[in-house]
Amino acid sequence: MDFQERVKACVGDDLVSMTEFRGDVSVTVPRTRIVQVLTRLKEAEGLKFDFLSDLFGVDNSALGKGKKKGKKEDEEAPAAPKPPRYEVVYLLLSIEYNHRLMVKVQVEEGQMEVPTVTSIWKAANWPEREVFDMFGIRFKGHPNMKRLLMWDGFPAHPLRKDYPLEGEGEERRLVYGDA
Amino acid sequence: MGFQAYVGQGWVLSKLEQLINWGRSRSPWPLPYGTACCGIEMMAALASGYDMARFGAERPSFSPRQADVLIEAGTITKKMVPVLRRIYDQMAEPKWVIAMGACACSGGVFRTYSTLQGIDQVIPVDVYVPGCPPRPEGLIYALLQLMEKIKQDHPLYPQLAELKKGV
Amino acid sequence: MSRQLDAQAGHGTGDFVTINIGPSHPAMHGTLRVVALTDGETIVEADPEIGYLHRGVEKLAENLTYHQFIPITDRLNYCSAITNNVAYEMAVEKLMGIEIPDKAKVIRSIMMELARISDHIVCVGILGVDLGAFTPFFYLFIQREELYEIFEWYNGARLTNTFGRIGGVEADLPEDFEERWRRLVPNLRKAIDETDKLLTHNRIWMDRTIGVTAFSAEDALNWGFTGPCLRACGVKRDLRKDEPYYLYDQLSFEVPVGKHGDVFDRYMVRMIEMEESIKLVDQLLKIYKEFGPDDPLMAKVPKVLKGPEGEVYAAIESPNGELGFYVKGDGSDKPYRVKIRPPCYMVYQAFPELVKGEMVADLIACLSSLNIIAGELDR
Ligand code: SF4
Repeated sequence: MDFQERVKACVGDDLVSMTEFRGDVSVTVPRTRIVQVLTRLKEAEGLKFDFLSDLFGVDNSALGKGKKKGKKEDEEAPAAPKPPRYEVVYLLLSIEYNHRLMVKVQVEEGQMEVPTVTSIWKAANWPEREVFDMFGIRFKGHPNMKRLLMWDGFPAHPLRKDYPLEGEGEERRLVYGDA
Repeated sequence: MGFQAYVGQGWVLSKLEQLINWGRSRSPWPLPYGTACCGIEMMAALASGYDMARFGAERPSFSPRQADVLIEAGTITKKMVPVLRRIYDQMAEPKWVIAMGACACSGGVFRTYSTLQGIDQVIPVDVYVPGCPPRPEGLIYALLQLMEKIKQDHPLYPQLAELKKGV
Repeated sequence: MSRQLDAQAGHGTGDFVTINIGPSHPAMHGTLRVVALTDGETIVEADPEIGYLHRGVEKLAENLTYHQFIPITDRLNYCSAITNNVAYEMAVEKLMGIEIPDKAKVIRSIMMELARISDHIVCVGILGVDLGAFTPFFYLFIQREELYEIFEWYNGARLTNTFGRIGGVEADLPEDFEERWRRLVPNLRKAIDETDKLLTHNRIWMDRTIGVTAFSAEDALNWGFTGPCLRACGVKRDLRKDEPYYLYDQLSFEVPVGKHGDVFDRYMVRMIEMEESIKLVDQLLKIYKEFGPDDPLMAKVPKVLKGPEGEVYAAIESPNGELGFYVKGDGSDKPYRVKIRPPCYMVYQAFPELVKGEMVADLIACLSSLNIIAGELDR
């Protein structure tokens, strides 16, 4: 079995879609099943994805807008059913076999919660916090779901596509007596 | 009262002032506050090869209480602002600030939501060193410029500076 | 081991003191902050806080064109800017399906190895300074200045090199590059040797580094360690060997591994890697000489780069470990999303686990040995 077949077999019924681009294979799985899928991938013979290389979010709400810049007509085209706005991507690596896999879950705007994978890899700790910080996606069961990079009390989630690059004038001041 | 009745200073005081200025300008102890890439160049300026100690910046003083010059090398993010302000507040007078690098001067290439666009929004700056990063020579030149500035100070008669400006 | 005993004995009074170290503490590299709960001198719990150098690089990437982002990558790991540039360019080239000419590959590899040496010099030098050994810092920094001069001579900048372009490199190596390198090597070797003599078998150094913050290979993998920190734990993993890119599969070099994953092993791994890098540059220069002066340096690249719709991840072995770029294109001239996988991010999040039960002074030693670069940690 080649690599893709094996991944397909391992993910089984949870597979939503599978794509390959320039040699990078990525699979999409349902949001609620992520822990089970990753556990299976970690233990499967011949795959052994035992190393979490990275975890991050993507905001897909502006996808395709860059291309059509300036062309008004296109916007009126009947909208296809909108795909979920956010994506959380897990980059897996197998130390033994030296292959990589992208696993994605899609997150709808109304249900911003994904089960945490910190129980499988401790390495997911900060990246999950960062995803929360940057996109506002919460991870259920995470031991310490706080902002990571921005200060507590920062009002927005900066990597969302509708947040301007230069910010909205947030400031942090020195207040004596504050910790 | 006393000498303040004159506009200007007498011979003794101005000589004393020169002495103080000489002392101050010859030993500006820096507080190296390197936050980013510029910090590495600042380290190079303090290390062998450039050796900023030749100009009196002999002892990098890591405590703000014993420092004269705050060398702010690197980006200051908005999260860091209270820290920077507090460090500046803790320094004893007289104190000076060198802003090293484009980031410290103006935010540099990082015109983003999380970067402070120039530290002069938070603390007063005496010498700006442009560059991304400035070469160690740049920092040394800034230190020399600062020495010149210190020499023109009026530590005993601070009003004089104001008066001079008014004329 | 006596250390364990101390940790258990502590003061035992139940009087815990919370101390705050950083972010402007001299040993915290400017922008790191650790809040530690201590029992006497022993750390019960440590909680690192990061983000003091979060400059919004990833957001910036979405607003710049593919080429414009290269100079920003310099500012990630500023001790070895060249590796960042190459990692990003590799990812974009993968996205666009560009194959770069062999000569460009060799030049990139040569510069990357030089950057690796200069990065390790900073790390070892600062580790020395933080543990009270000032002399090696000065010895090593003289040689690092020489390295910087080579960089400057090649492209005009000492630190922020903006090396390479998408599709190749902008310029050939200067004519007498090799001569200059030959002149540098004996001095560099001497400085490394001298550091080795001053530190490695130094009683104080050994006491302060051996066994301090030891980490097991299993934990290290679980926490996502890569690079020298992982190798110090005894896992032989180096992307140059395991997923060879460019010409690394034609070169012969050793991958040093440690045993205990303590500060000493990390230091040793870095010292040996410097030596290996010197050898690598020699081999690469030999390959380089086979190319003629007119061989192409750039692949055919359109004037306006438009990334196709798709996403790729490319990683290289940076001095700190696996440095990866995830780039997603949407058909426009700007990347849709860039995610940087900085090596020390993963290493630093294990910090509470690393220093638990150690002394406060060991916290400093541990921190410097991990080589945490705030620029790439916070991005
Ligand atoms: S001015 Fe340039 S080199 Fe200095 S801190 Fe800013 S980005 Fe880094």
